Amino acid sequence: MADTQIDCKGLQCPGPIVTTFKTMKDMQPGDVLTITVTDRGFLKDIEAWCRKTGNKLLSLDEGDIITAQIQKG
Amino acid sequence: MDTGKKTIVVFSGDLDRLMAAFIIAVGAAAMGNEVTMFFTFWGLNALRKTDPPRVRKDFMARMFGWMMPRGAARAKLSKLNMGGMGTAMMKSVMRNKNVQSVDELIDQAKDLGVRLIACTMSMDVMGIQQAELIAGVELGGVASYLGSADEANVNLFI
Repeated sequence: MADTQIDCKGLQCPGPIVTTFKTMKDMQPGDVLTITVTDRGFLKDIEAWCRKTGNKLLSLDEGDIITAQIQKG
Repeated sequence: MDTGKKTIVVFSGDLDRLMAAFIIAVGAAAMGNEVTMFFTFWGLNALRKTDPPRVRKDFMARMFGWMMPRGAARAKLSKLNMGGMGTAMMKSVMRNKNVQSVDELIDQAKDLGVRLIACTMSMDVMGIQQAELIAGVELGGVASYLGSADEANVNLFI
């Protein structure tokens, strides 16, 4: 299992979602992506994104910098 | 992956409305959706090249072409334009806040496979030829729009 990290701090909507989508495309099922974001809308967005794309949201840390861990489904 | 389809009719050429249309299109594409955008009337101006090649046109077409904005970078806000000052202020704020420009969103949309279709009747009326439009734009009519809209679960008119 490969782990990938991406930094989307400073990116505005829809930047973080687009980056997540593009990065996940090149990953294998079971791989985990860790993403750091400052856009507050991402908190709700990433839940909806995971639900609609069949990926699993492992964790969502709501600090000043939001950190999400997603497992490719 | 979700295979929902989305269609968006881009009727307006206003900067704020173009932003909304492209953010939704890019977002939907990133959700794994097939997105088709139809550009008609004022919306067509968003797809014009800033620096188009010279093409043969009649007088009216030339006048229209000259009066309407060439490309999304020249679009104005629908409100508070104030002779261009409001638009310039808004663009500067958006740049500072790292919001993508419409041109960047168009590139991203194309990169994500969003289909951009220009309405041929609008092109004819406004005297805009395909050579004056940015690369990657398809041409179509109302039937191609309705065909896509029939298969879509979201259809917006902006």
